[in-house]
Amino acid sequence: MLEIKNLHCELEDDSEVKILKGLSLTINPGEVHAIMGPNGSGKSTLSYVLSGRDGYEVTEGSATLEGADLLEMEPEERASAGLFLAFQYPVEIPGVGNMTFLRTAVNAQRKARGEEELSAGEFLKIIRAKAKELQIDADMLKRPVNVGFSGGEKKRNEILQMAMLEPKMCILDETDSGLDVDAMKLVSDGVNALRDAGRSFLVITHYHRLLNHIKPDFVHIMSEGRIIKSGGPELALEVEENGYADLLAEAG
Amino acid sequence: MMPRAKLKAQKQDAAHALAGALSVPQGGGWATRARNAAKARLLDMGMPVKRDEYWRYTDPRDLTAQQARSAKVLNVTDEDPVFSAFDRVKLVFVDGVFDEAASDDLALAGVEISLLDDAARADLHWAQDIYGKLEARGQTPVERPLAAFNTAFAQKGVLIRATGKAAKPVALVYLRSSDMADAVMHHVVRVEQGAELTLLENGPVAARFNQVIEVDIADGGTLHHVRTQGRDHDRAGSAHIFAQMGQGAQLKSFTLTANGRLVRNEAMIWLDGQGGSAHIAGATVGDGAFHHDDTVFIAHCAPDCESRQVFKKVLRNGAVGVFQGKILVEQAAQKTDGYQISQALLLDENAQFLAKPELEIYADDVKCSHGSTSGEIDPVHLFYLRARGVPEGKAKMLLVLAFLAEALEEIADPELAEDLRVRMENWLQRHS
Repeated sequence: MLEIKNLHCELEDDSEVKILKGLSLTINPGEVHAIMGPNGSGKSTLSYVLSGRDGYEVTEGSATLEGADLLEMEPEERASAGLFLAFQYPVEIPGVGNMTFLRTAVNAQRKARGEEELSAGEFLKIIRAKAKELQIDADMLKRPVNVGFSGGEKKRNEILQMAMLEPKMCILDETDSGLDVDAMKLVSDGVNALRDAGRSFLVITHYHRLLNHIKPDFVHIMSEGRIIKSGGPELALEVEENGYADLLAEAG
Repeated sequence: MMPRAKLKAQKQDAAHALAGALSVPQGGGWATRARNAAKARLLDMGMPVKRDEYWRYTDPRDLTAQQARSAKVLNVTDEDPVFSAFDRVKLVFVDGVFDEAASDDLALAGVEISLLDDAARADLHWAQDIYGKLEARGQTPVERPLAAFNTAFAQKGVLIRATGKAAKPVALVYLRSSDMADAVMHHVVRVEQGAELTLLENGPVAARFNQVIEVDIADGGTLHHVRTQGRDHDRAGSAHIFAQMGQGAQLKSFTLTANGRLVRNEAMIWLDGQGGSAHIAGATVGDGAFHHDDTVFIAHCAPDCESRQVFKKVLRNGAVGVFQGKILVEQAAQKTDGYQISQALLLDENAQFLAKPELEIYADDVKCSHGSTSGEIDPVHLFYLRARGVPEGKAKMLLVLAFLAEALEEIADPELAEDLRVRMENWLQRHS
């Protein structure tokens, strides 16, 4: 599904600042991978580079989604190809209705893939059902995108977008940040409902607690722009108990 | 710096050169008196020049020149005329001249409509009390010579008096046929106590236009005014709204301006009665050789009144937007609630926005706020939309329309607002 090989990147405005330094990762269809790591290890940058945000210069390596070169695509092309990034800080957009935004996005992706666009009626039926599962009420759908939403509502809205867009490869960037226990459960249930043999996840998090809800198949520890250790779910437990210090020392 | 007296003499010379030899239109006693008085005001004030403080950001030369500059008539075929889907009483003007054959029958329950040509000969007391009177009142504290010129020389216009709740809107439709026409039009609107009227205006009017609307809203009356100024590129013009408002009277005026070499829209509003409410709003989209000026003055003269000024401009490729907005709160106007926002979205580095927000407050228990910003499309917003699969062009359009939305919300009728939103979307598509 997602194949990252020896990825290097630096800041576009300052080539002295190198963030990713040879990161490699292979995610197969249906797998859930977690990336953990201390602040500044490059976790969020990885999500931005994969989704096509401006400001980063890839200097070496490759990233492909089902064999297609992600790095050559515009952000919207990556989305239509099946990549989805759940933002750590979902953006508030005054003046753009949540529903209008989602319908525009769903239909733009369908059009880009040569599929028929959804009618207003069909769209409404689907979004109502999915919003209900995430406890998103009609008022939240009508309001401008994320404006006045609480932290938990914003994250639920991200998951709703994911559910509507049905991507193949989902990247969750610190989706647990700012969530209380109940909200975390709701968001995790939403994610788990989307798990399927054809869909993969990359879960970026600081803490083990999210991984109690979204059970990963593989856990990777990231430091200084590279993956320094990979293992199973037990690796996340080890971090929880001992912190990163031992792992970093071990990797030298 | 030129001495003040010398500048004044030059302005007066210009007024004499332009208007001194012109006779005011003849027709009737009261109209002729009002016109002669306006001509005398004009000759005394002189023509506006760029050195005037009030014209600092906009050069009035194209508005004061002897001849209108040629402006090619734009034949619009890619969209239906604005408001054409609405049930309305339509009065059509071609280059500022009434076209009776193209207009509807003027009978409308709750509303009396007459033409300025006819009314000047009749003994219309209500119109006599307004025609030229509000314009004259509006000459202080800031002179508006173009409006005095209009009162003196306008031959065409409509007098509308709402005595009840109008069953449908009155719509003034301005068409063009000549590349050179100059149109001077003067409308008078009186909304009687408790009456309610919607006035629609659309179209580019003429190669050059000078329009005045005088509005008198009695206690508890309501006027909704929604205006679009066409799409013709080379035209120039100025429009003034003078409105005085009684107790609890309400006014909502919205203007959409797209294209045009030079357009200046002025509004002068007096909230004379307790509890009145005046909202003046506008949306402007300009690309290239485009200069648009909104100059608004709202005077709070009585307590407990509310006013809003909401202006949004989308500019690119050398287009210039100007906003001069003032809230004056007189000593008697306690508990005033005044709000003013003017914002420009600059789509490239060549566009320019000049803003002069002003507050002048003599009462001590008031709530007034104002803000002015100019900026570009937020790259974080743009990335978020694109990351969800929305193509860049479409994402930009959504964000520009979102920027304009606050101004459109000032239109009370959502269907009228939607009609104008579609116009803006079409404009953005043509200019993307």
